[in-house]
Amino acid sequence: MGIEIVGVNKSFGDFVALSDIDLSIPGGGLTALLGPSGGGKSTLLRIIAGLETADSGTIEIEGRDTTNVPAQRRNVGFVFQHYAAFKHMTVAKNVAFGLEIRKRPKAEIARRVAELLELVHLEQFAHRLPAQLSGGQRQRMALARALAIEPSVLLLDEPFGALDAKVRKELRDWLRRLHDGVHVTTVFVTHDQEEALEVADTIVVINDGRIEQVGTPDDLYDKPASDFVLGFLGPVTTLGDRLIRPHDIEISRVEQAAVVDGPITRWTRVGFEIRLEVTPIDTRYAPVQVSVTRTEAHALGLHPGDHVWLRPAVGAPSVVST
Amino acid sequence: MASHPTARGQRPTPATHARRALVLGYLFFLVVWPVSLVVTRTFGDGNHLAAALQDPAVVFAVQMTVVVAFWAVVINTVFGVGMSLLIVRYDFWGKSVLNTLLDLPLSVSPVVIGLALLLAYGPRDGYFAPVLDAIDLQVIFSVPGIIMATAFVSLPLVIREVVPVLQEIGTEQEQAARSLGAGGWQTFRRITLPSIRWALVYGVVLSLARSLGEFGAVKIVSGNISQQTQTATLVVEEKYLEFERGAAYATSFLLTLIAVAALVIVTVLRPKEERV
Repeated sequence: MGIEIVGVNKSFGDFVALSDIDLSIPGGGLTALLGPSGGGKSTLLRIIAGLETADSGTIEIEGRDTTNVPAQRRNVGFVFQHYAAFKHMTVAKNVAFGLEIRKRPKAEIARRVAELLELVHLEQFAHRLPAQLSGGQRQRMALARALAIEPSVLLLDEPFGALDAKVRKELRDWLRRLHDGVHVTTVFVTHDQEEALEVADTIVVINDGRIEQVGTPDDLYDKPASDFVLGFLGPVTTLGDRLIRPHDIEISRVEQAAVVDGPITRWTRVGFEIRLEVTPIDTRYAPVQVSVTRTEAHALGLHPGDHVWLRPAVGAPSVVST
Repeated sequence: MASHPTARGQRPTPATHARRALVLGYLFFLVVWPVSLVVTRTFGDGNHLAAALQDPAVVFAVQMTVVVAFWAVVINTVFGVGMSLLIVRYDFWGKSVLNTLLDLPLSVSPVVIGLALLLAYGPRDGYFAPVLDAIDLQVIFSVPGIIMATAFVSLPLVIREVVPVLQEIGTEQEQAARSLGAGGWQTFRRITLPSIRWALVYGVVLSLARSLGEFGAVKIVSGNISQQTQTATLVVEEKYLEFERGAAYATSFLLTLIAVAALVIVTVLRPKEERV
C-alpha cells in the first residue's frame, strides 16, 4: 500500500518547489528522499504530512485519499530536524501527548509510554524536561512521541541534521534496527548521501523540484540515471568526456590503451587513501582526479611526477559529461 | 553579599561601590523615599486608613477601580493574545501600520485619549450618539466608558510582552501537536498557552498596574461624579484638593498596596528555573 503521490505541484510565489511529482513509496519500507538543500524534498514530506498543501495533485496514504484531510486527522508521525519538543512537558508527557488527545484510558497510556521509552532507551529520563536532555536523546523522545499514535506512516525531516557526526552515525544505525523491529512505512529526508545509502531500502533522488531517480542504494550507485545522481552520491571526476568516480579509474605506469595519459601533478595522502591529480597531455581534457589505496600505489610503484595512462575500470558506472 | 564578586568576576573596587551607591541613591530618592512618605503619612498621625474605609466615597471609588481594572485586563488579555497571534503568525496587508498603531496608546497622552472617546461615544454630539441612544446604552459618564478608556491606555502591554515570546518559540511545536492529532483549540490550550504563560502573566500584571493608576483619560470620560463614576485616582485628587489629605494618603496607600501585591504574587509564583 504505502504512499501514492500523483501529479503534485507546489510553488512559493515565483519559486517552484515541486513540479509534477509522481511517486509510489512502498509500504513497510524505509525510504530516503535525498537531494540538495532547497531541492523540494522537505516540502514533499510536509505535503505528505499535511503541514503544507499541494497546489495540485493527490496524496494517498495506505489506500486512503488524504489530499484534503487536515494534518491532525492523517495519523502520520512526524519528526522534525530541531526536535519540536514540548518544552513545558516532561519526556513522559511529551510521549503521551498524542494518546491523551485521543482520550485513551490512563492505564493504557502509562503502559504504552513505558514501552516506548524503553524502545528508545529513555526509561530513566521519563520525568525530566526536554531541556535536560542531549540532542540525540531529544530526537529519540520525538521519535517515541511520533510512534505513540501508531501512525500509518512515519515521516522524518532531516532527523539527524542537527546532531554531531558521532551521534548522527549511532542514531542512523539505531533507526535502521528500530525499523527492522517496527515495520512502519517510513520516509526520511536527508541531504547526506552516506546516510541514505546506509539506512534506506529505497532512495528517491530529488533535485530542483523533480525526481531524478528512484531505486535501491545499489541501483543508484551502480546505475546512476544522470550526471546529477552520479555526482550527488559521492565524488566524481571527468575522464575524457565522461563523468566517473575517482576510484573507478584504472591507472598504469606502462603504456596501454587509455582514455588520457599524462604526468601525476598532485599527490595528497589522506589516511589509507592517496588522491592523485593527473594532467592529460592532450590539453582538450581537464585534469583527472584519481583515488588509489596506499597498497595499490605501492604495488604499481607510483610516484609524484610519473607519466601514467588512465582508463575506466571494467564495469565502472560512468555517464556522459554535460 | 558584600564579598560577592561583580558580574565580570572581578573583586569590587571603590569605583564599583560608588556606582552601586549612585544607582541605589537614585532609586531611593526618586521612588522608595517618596512612596514611603505616603505610607508614613497614612499611619502617621492617627490611622487615616481606618477613617478612609469609613468614607463611602472612598470605598465606592476603590471598588469601582478594582471592577474597572478587572474588566480592562480581561479585555486586553483576550484581545492581546489574539492580536499577538495575528501579528506573529500571519502576513497581511497593513500589518506594519497596525504594529505602529498598537503603540499609540502608550505614546499619546491619556487626556487626548479621553477626549477622543468623548467625541466618538459622547451622549449628545458624539458620533455614535443616535445608535447608543436607540439601544439606551450610556457609555460616557458611566462604567462602560471608564472601562473603555482604561482598556485603551493599557492596550499594548500584553501584546508587547507576548509577541517576542511567540516569535521565539516558532511554530514547530504547534505543527508537532497538529500531527499528533490535536485540533486548533487543543493546540492553543496545551502548547501555545503554556509556552507564553509567563509573558502573559507579566503583561497582565503590567496592564493591571496601569489600569489601577489611570487618571487622565478616566477623568474626562467619567465625569468624576462622586459615588457614581469616581475611581480611586480621582478620589485621591479630589480629597487632596479639598484638604482631606488623610483620605488622599490612605487611598494612595491602597492603590500602591494592590499593585505591589500583584508584583509579589508573580515573583513568588514564578518557578525557580525560570528566574533570571
